Amino acid sequence: MTSGIEVVITGLGATTPLGGDVTSTWDALLAGKSGVRPMTHDWVEKYDLPVKIASQLVVDPTEVLPRVEARRLDRSEQVAIVASRQAWSDAGHDDDTVDRQRLAVIIGTGIGGAITLLTQDDLLEQHGLRKVSPLTVPMLMPNGPAAHVGLELKAQAGVHAPVSACASGAEAIAWAYRMIMSGEADVVVAGGAEACITAIPVAGFSQARTMSTRNDEPEKASRPFDTGRDGFVLGEGAGVMVLERRDFAEARGAKIYGRLAGIGTSADGYHITAPDPEGVGQSRAIAAALRSGGIDPSDVGHVNCHATSTPVGDVAETVAIRKAIGDHPILTAPKGALGHLLGAAGAVEAIVTVLSIRDGIVPQTLNLENLDPAVTLDVVAGEPRKIKLDAAVNDSFGFGGHNVALAFTPA
Amino acid sequence: MSENVLSGLAEIVEEVAGVAADDVTADKSFVDDLDIDSLSMVEIAVQAEDKFGVKIPDDELANLKTVGDAVNYITSNK
Repeated sequence: MTSGIEVVITGLGATTPLGGDVTSTWDALLAGKSGVRPMTHDWVEKYDLPVKIASQLVVDPTEVLPRVEARRLDRSEQVAIVASRQAWSDAGHDDDTVDRQRLAVIIGTGIGGAITLLTQDDLLEQHGLRKVSPLTVPMLMPNGPAAHVGLELKAQAGVHAPVSACASGAEAIAWAYRMIMSGEADVVVAGGAEACITAIPVAGFSQARTMSTRNDEPEKASRPFDTGRDGFVLGEGAGVMVLERRDFAEARGAKIYGRLAGIGTSADGYHITAPDPEGVGQSRAIAAALRSGGIDPSDVGHVNCHATSTPVGDVAETVAIRKAIGDHPILTAPKGALGHLLGAAGAVEAIVTVLSIRDGIVPQTLNLENLDPAVTLDVVAGEPRKIKLDAAVNDSFGFGGHNVALAFTPA
Repeated sequence: MSENVLSGLAEIVEEVAGVAADDVTADKSFVDDLDIDSLSMVEIAVQAEDKFGVKIPDDELANLKTVGDAVNYITSNK
């Protein structure tokens, strides 16, 4: 880039249905584990919901956080705090490594504090005003995860919370890139957080006919690109990365995982939930990411797909990839194992993409047994594939027609 | 001063704000000594109302600066 500024990744943190941190998540992904399990919540039976499975955290955040801290936070905020602490510590930052007026926090969410909203509404209905927590608003507001992390780190260059449904986490990382490139911040803690496995989101997604009802085989329910796919599996978790201006990171001797070379965003202008089947908007986002990163499409060896295991969306994405990049990149869809973490998905999958480049290995798409004949690209299935990557793209798309592409290159 | 009210209030403060019950003594200021914010004070007041069967209106709550103030208010309004 002409500015001479480069954005690098120095710290990673996550808590997911595959593991309580980045390493355990990555290992489980490569080992072909699934995070999808039956939901044991009483409301599943109470409302006779057609969906009885979800991709649920293996380490509950209340096991990690002090009791009093946890009770003041919505679950979406708890996971954001957990992942951010890991990322901050992994980056080797402490109180003195960055001027707080040069530090920003950007953490997106798709739904926000739905569990708090519903719990407090029940209390109001059943017991009246007195039982409503004075912490209700800071717990349910969608900027809550970003605000709490920002407060903990005393970040003062800006604290932001992009809300673009299932693209929120990726949008946060794209925003971080812009802040560093424009000189607004030296270090940005960015990612996504989601925890809304509760009755109304499950009921609403069910009514939209977007979720898998393969209740008898939870671990096989999320199967992107497979002919037997029947919808996504709702998941929860958080992914956070520390991004820095390269010269700043190098000056403090930080380890560097990889580089966020370019970002691209676009909107479909097509339909509130359905993707454009021609993938026009998605391909524009991917092309923009490559252009901003100065990456030739022929150098992109891999795309970490958004593919959620819905019949229409998965195919549309491959159309977009062919348009923007070509037929050569190998694809994977981590949602086969992770389920769909909504506003956290883009951030967790960006982490996976960075690790694929670092380790030269692309995880398999779990449960891909019979590739949809409409997909003409090479999708990694069965077992991970070793490959040296010069560049890789991570896609994220959200209800509303939001498209985000992140282009990563080696350190 | 009622020791029962003090120990009961200390349990609530520990539950809500994580301050060890032993540290909740009559001379302590909720804000300056125990680091309890206005949101937590509302929670503590609601729980105290339930536990001791008193009403703590907002304008009275604002006057309860110390643990001793709260114990005295609760004791004389039960």
